[in-house]
Amino acid sequence: MSNTSVENTGLPTTVNVDAYLALNHYDVDEGNPHIVVAENCASEEFLKLVRVCPAGLYRLEEDGKTLFDYAGCLECGTCRIVAGNTIIERWENPQPGMGIQYRYG
Amino acid sequence: MADFEAIVVGSGCAGSVAAYELAKANKSVLVIERGMSAGSKNMTGGRLYLHSLQEVFPNCRAEAPLERKIAHERISMLTSDAAFTVDFSSKAMLEPGQESYSVLRATFDPWLAAQAEQEGAEYIYGIAVESLVKQGEKVCGVKAGEDEITADIVILADGVNSLLTSEAVGFATPRTSEMAVGIKQLIELPEQEVASRLLCAQGEGSAWLFAGDATKGYPGGGFIYSNKNSISLGLVATISALESADATICGMLERFKAHPAVAPLIEGGKVVEHSGHMVPEGGYQMMPHLVGNGVLLAGESAMMCVNLGYMVRGMDYAIAAGMHAGRAASSALDDKDTSKESLERYTEALEQSFVLKDLRQFQRFPEFMESNLRIYNEYPALLRDVMQALFIVDGKPTPRLKQALMPLVRKVGLTTLLKDVRKGMKAL
Repeated sequence: MSNTSVENTGLPTTVNVDAYLALNHYDVDEGNPHIVVAENCASEEFLKLVRVCPAGLYRLEEDGKTLFDYAGCLECGTCRIVAGNTIIERWENPQPGMGIQYRYG
Repeated sequence: MADFEAIVVGSGCAGSVAAYELAKANKSVLVIERGMSAGSKNMTGGRLYLHSLQEVFPNCRAEAPLERKIAHERISMLTSDAAFTVDFSSKAMLEPGQESYSVLRATFDPWLAAQAEQEGAEYIYGIAVESLVKQGEKVCGVKAGEDEITADIVILADGVNSLLTSEAVGFATPRTSEMAVGIKQLIELPEQEVASRLLCAQGEGSAWLFAGDATKGYPGGGFIYSNKNSISLGLVATISALESADATICGMLERFKAHPAVAPLIEGGKVVEHSGHMVPEGGYQMMPHLVGNGVLLAGESAMMCVNLGYMVRGMDYAIAAGMHAGRAASSALDDKDTSKESLERYTEALEQSFVLKDLRQFQRFPEFMESNLRIYNEYPALLRDVMQALFIVDGKPTPRLKQALMPLVRKVGLTTLLKDVRKGMKAL
């Protein structure tokens, strides 16, 4: 677990991205993550992902715990470019028929 | 004998057009799309310049699901408290061959796929290609799920986040300075409202780019495209700067939506989709080899994109590249030679077309846009201060214009300003 607290990063935590993601259509592959992030990952590396993920899926809790949930993934690949060689252990496309299904795009 | 003469991976702009050209030349072609339908994994800002689509489909104006014809080009320089906007409209923008349209990929891509299918291309959806099948050094098919499907030639049109280009042509993962992340929301508004809020005639729309405070002063910008009954609003931010910023891309988007120049445009609108997509911004310098042994790359998988700040293009390059890839592949199949040497005819065709000519022409621009942070900070502030000197009346005696403006310009430095203009012009 990382010990970086949100307050030290200057990053706002108020954006409720979940409410937006709830508008999207997903077929979530329960229990079969297509992205795996290392446990005990370096906090600076994780913070980069907090900043760049357009779905806001990488989060720091107030006690500094890192959270990642692949379910709302937009499959853009940004985290792969940022941390594919560091704390992202696996980045695959979701299984057949799974993941985001844009209705507008 | 191979299962198909050609396999196309991905059914976006490049893929479906390549498949259409191959099918039209009576080649057996299979398109493998990982989404459950064409466009379901895709997103654009977005605006399509029509010229290259028109070359392949002369009836596209009447038949393709286009949203609004773009009749206004707007560019804004934002500070947190001000907006300086240029609005350009002209009849020339609406002329056939010069016009552009807003599009949505979940409707546009299926139409494009249908054109290829009608010519005889086969499609399978919902399966991702995991790896390429090679015989020695030559690509001779793909592995998808449990199946190996073989072909004389494979065209990779699987987009900016291709997991196959390294295997195909040894393309290394792009650097974060060469890539931007795009975030977009689709905001529904009644058709009349879209037109009136964006000062457009019915059926017409506007393209609007924002620099400066849109991305909180970091390299990148905001965009608003008007669709029939929605607005596509979002940001594109260079990843290398964003990853150490004092903001998240999601936070920046909310900030942009709340900007006094933006908020009234979307007030009362309903967000119906939230999307993300990477944008290759490194230009020509970051492009992979377009040709390998038995394999071609087209569209964003080959990083074909130009962002000049005032103009962003990708889809028209992808369509042209798809057309040339399909034609080159089918003539190579006729010659019964799909080796790298034979397929170089594709690169040659692109060299002769606007695709590689443009990408070459603008190859120094990405570095200019990224290295010059004044574009996103000092210059929007300078414009605000100059405009305030011109427009604000408070009853105090008005100084001579030169007296009012020179101290403002001196804040940035006249030489710095002139140097930046010169550098910008050189990069264009």
